[in-house]
Amino acid sequence: MVKDPFSRTVAIVGVGESECGRGINLSVLQHQALAAKRALDDAGINKNDVDAVMATDVLGLPSLQVAEYLGIEPRYTDTTITGGSAFEVFVEHGALAIAAGLCEVCLITYGSSLWSDRRRLVEQGGVDPRMPAAQFEMPYGDLSPIAAYALAANRHMHEYGTTSEQLAEVAVASRQWAMRNPQALLREPITTADVLNSPMIASPFHKLDCCLMTDGGGAVVMTSTERARDLRKPPVYLIGSGFSATHLTINQMEDLTRTGAVDAGRQAFARAGLKPLDIDLLQVYDSFTFSVVIAVEDLGFCKKGEGGQFVENGRLAPGGELPTNTSGGGLSYTHPGALGIFLIIEAVRQLRGECAARQIPEAEFALVHGIGGWLSAHATLILGK
Amino acid sequence: MDTERPLPKPDQDSKVYWEGARRHELLLQQCGSCKRFRFYPRSVCPHCFSDQFEWRKASGRGSVYSFTVIHRAPFPAFRDKVPYVLALIELNEGVRMMTNIIDCDPDLITIGMPVEVTFEKVSEEITLPQFKPAH
Repeated sequence: MVKDPFSRTVAIVGVGESECGRGINLSVLQHQALAAKRALDDAGINKNDVDAVMATDVLGLPSLQVAEYLGIEPRYTDTTITGGSAFEVFVEHGALAIAAGLCEVCLITYGSSLWSDRRRLVEQGGVDPRMPAAQFEMPYGDLSPIAAYALAANRHMHEYGTTSEQLAEVAVASRQWAMRNPQALLREPITTADVLNSPMIASPFHKLDCCLMTDGGGAVVMTSTERARDLRKPPVYLIGSGFSATHLTINQMEDLTRTGAVDAGRQAFARAGLKPLDIDLLQVYDSFTFSVVIAVEDLGFCKKGEGGQFVENGRLAPGGELPTNTSGGGLSYTHPGALGIFLIIEAVRQLRGECAARQIPEAEFALVHGIGGWLSAHATLILGK
Repeated sequence: MDTERPLPKPDQDSKVYWEGARRHELLLQQCGSCKRFRFYPRSVCPHCFSDQFEWRKASGRGSVYSFTVIHRAPFPAFRDKVPYVLALIELNEGVRMMTNIIDCDPDLITIGMPVEVTFEKVSEEITLPQFKPAH
């Protein structure tokens, strides 16, 4: 077993959101600036001490744009574009850079006006006209990205007997968490029947199987373990990480029931020297209810094909064995286009014990799993106290 | 024909494929080295990395690997088509492609069912390979 060369050498020391919701009157850069301000305040770090900036696909040269707007001249930068998993990748890259001495304080930001700009963004479906998907998928009325996940879900149901009721359990659990989060967009209780009776979007996904569209932003500050010791909040250490991309376009995914989470998770657990039973809470990109079902299988929380049974009986919900998406996640809390940074923010707050009504008692280890593209790019982080 | 429908823009990799579709032929690249078929068209083999290949006319037969019934149109041009079937087809040549399944009640479609290619003219330039239940 090879441990991470940087395991516990870096820590997340500050987190913050901008304002998340629908019709928030902030530009994409204002979201990132507000979130950065709050995350740096949370850490007790002066903006002038930031020497690395990481931002992803909202603007043409995103990390340079964010750095300039904030008045930072970074000596290290990263603009990884792997969709919603970019932020988990940033943490891995930031850790390497800090451990190698290339930078000391790394600021990761995200901001989006997805809801306010929804017509324009949805009709592009995330596909550039030069991408093969523009020729071989979009002309068929591909409802991107929903249809790709729906195709995988239907194949999973066919092979393993997973049911719509089981998928609905994921949405119900998320909503139960959101009811404990004053910041969550949707806080009315729902039942599996409500999910199944909501309008069909792309079978087997009903409206309530699909994540929200909102505006919002988030930021995360990382630094060396040494520097983290005398900051405002208790450090949350990076214990292990892993990444795997198996394809981009859904027609190129070899097995629709097995994702890159298998390899990403295996790497993260091996480097951390931990196993699934050691994990106290899970934050996984719930773009759709099915995303959680396949992730718990591929990350090793249950056997392949048993994800549907695993999520039954409130296992992911408050009081369940594997508290999952404790903020309410993309299904009920917020989803400004890329959830990855919010998964990290929630895990950090849980490990610090800041989550009030939704706090997991004595949480020691959290697993954060980002999924980007069309089940394409998987990045896993294991964080700990 | 609806001009709002997103249409493929043939490029250096796909020009021959779309010319074939206009003639009602489903063409696939076959690697000149490892002999495996591939989809979508590209300049190198994703299996053995050879840049040698031949265009072959495919059997046009395969089976449904997975499908979803779309109830919410992604573009205005699809609003009068919902609900329609979006599917991944496994061709007998061993490659997978996205398509609609047409000429069939969506409720009757099952994973594994045999399908065959048909062609839908969507503009003067573009004819889309589509699939329907095999006879």
